[in-house]
Amino acid sequence: MELVFAIVSGVLYATGLYLMLRRRLAQIIIGLGLLSNGTNMLIFTAGGLTRSNPPVIPSGALAPVAPYADPVPQSLILTAIVIGFSVLAFTLVLAHRVHQSLGTDDVDDIGTESGR
Amino acid sequence: MTLVLPIVIPLFTAAVLLLAPARPLLQRWIAFCGSCAQLVSALVLFLQVQAAGYVVAQIGNWAAPFGITLVADVFASILVVAVGVVGMAVCGASFAGVDPRREAYGYHPLLQVLLMGVAGAFLTGDLFNLYVFFEVMLMASFVLMALHRTNEQVAAAFRYVTINLMASAVFLTALGLLYGDAGTLNMADLAGIWPARSEPVLDLVLAMLFLTAFGIKAALFPFFFWLPAAYPLPPAPIGAVFAGLLTKVGVYALVRVFSLLFSHAPWPLTVLLWMSLATMVIGLVGALSQRDFRRVLAFNLVGHIGYTTIGLSVGTPGALAASILYVVHHILVITTLFFVSGVLLQLRRTTDLAALGSVYRDHPGTALIAMIPLFSLAGLPPLSGFIGKMAIVQGTFGAGFYVAGGIVLAVGLLTIVSIARLWQEAFWKPAPRPAVASAPALSLMVPVSALSLLILGMTVGAEPLFQLTTRAAGQLLSPQGYIQAVLGPGLGR
Repeated sequence: MELVFAIVSGVLYATGLYLMLRRRLAQIIIGLGLLSNGTNMLIFTAGGLTRSNPPVIPSGALAPVAPYADPVPQSLILTAIVIGFSVLAFTLVLAHRVHQSLGTDDVDDIGTESGR
Repeated sequence: MTLVLPIVIPLFTAAVLLLAPARPLLQRWIAFCGSCAQLVSALVLFLQVQAAGYVVAQIGNWAAPFGITLVADVFASILVVAVGVVGMAVCGASFAGVDPRREAYGYHPLLQVLLMGVAGAFLTGDLFNLYVFFEVMLMASFVLMALHRTNEQVAAAFRYVTINLMASAVFLTALGLLYGDAGTLNMADLAGIWPARSEPVLDLVLAMLFLTAFGIKAALFPFFFWLPAAYPLPPAPIGAVFAGLLTKVGVYALVRVFSLLFSHAPWPLTVLLWMSLATMVIGLVGALSQRDFRRVLAFNLVGHIGYTTIGLSVGTPGALAASILYVVHHILVITTLFFVSGVLLQLRRTTDLAALGSVYRDHPGTALIAMIPLFSLAGLPPLSGFIGKMAIVQGTFGAGFYVAGGIVLAVGLLTIVSIARLWQEAFWKPAPRPAVASAPALSLMVPVSALSLLILGMTVGAEPLFQLTTRAAGQLLSPQGYIQAVLGPGLGR
């Protein structure tokens, strides 16, 4: 199971990085999204994949039923998803602004040094 | 309690600013008072750390490795005071230097959020929390960058955002792998268990990931290219707070992570040593090739980041103390110089060196004040830059790094050449065209003068300050005290 997750995460990293090296703004943004999802997948996998009980203490008991899943990677991922989502939304708006003010979505056309 | 205040006060100020009526003068005063409060809380924290060595707070009373820990040692408390000083200076300068459109779109609250993120990054004792504060700080800086009007600035903002998000993804990757193996992200807990493990492969991967992530944030050699493209564009107060604080957070994270996690593995520090030296040389050579006041400053900023990381890579208490002293000096000086660029922009409507000139003849007072940060950056005796550089040279030679020490000296010479050129072109030579404004705005000159006085104060008080940074370096190099303070005597594993 770890192997499948590792491969999926690796593919997400590779495609994300490949897209970030492209010239179109939209591709760069999709690449960013894939990269952050690949990172989330990696945290999930590295935190340990187990078929086990939820880390919730049943009523009347004092401890969760062992073996239980580690809740920390899940909360880390949740935080990272929220941050990644808001950052992605901001990047989309920024790309829209770039397209609006420059009329292009090609990074080579918006160069600071060469453009002038 | 005092640990929370430097983080909560800017957040509170930002909330008040958003609710208060959008009258510029009112907003400026609220922001200024908020920054004053943050500086006061930072000073109180500093005094407490002086007395106790470490100040620790467990948020929500969750015991250390399980909850979020805030912790201040001497190094962190010095930097939080610097955040307060820069924040106050920037809010003071905002009375003059920001265009009305930017103010209407939330400049003041964003600046407070930025200060909160920086203070939080310095005070947190948890690596994931550090990531969150990084993101808070970056998000605020993204919006501050993107509030620009011109095409060039929007394009630069997009690049800045992309490269920084990439760095965040790399940092998060390292955190995931680290948690997967160590089962904790509390810095003190990690410092207790990590160096004892012998996993050279994971060590290699983690050290390189951290070096890349923080290297991008701190603008170290192979990753510095985004900084000179982005920092010269925003108006003076924003440029000043970016230049003064944001890269230093990367330096802080490098120092913290490498002193706690990789103290047993010398080779990441060797890599860092060569990166620092390359940063110095390339930064200063780049500065010599530029024809714009702010771009020269940006390249000087990159070059001098090398001075702030070389102490960590040499690893002796003397060198690390010298580098910490240099961080403090550099925060003050580079912030002041970005304000000076704002003054020049106001006087001449340009920062192109070819179009500047005769500032010394027309405004002798302004030029005299600007001399202090300029020649302090150059490292002319007796100013604080000279003291910092001398300490670094002593530290590197004392540790037996003769080649590194020689490069530091050579780069010092390059800095003098670059600054002398700035002085000659912008202040001495006769101007090709007449001045636009008759005198610089008082609200921009007051922060410049105050910061210049602080730089002079650093020169006079160099001895106690060096003792302070020596104590900070001692704490960083023997993390036992840090671990004990956070985990308590009984809780360590």
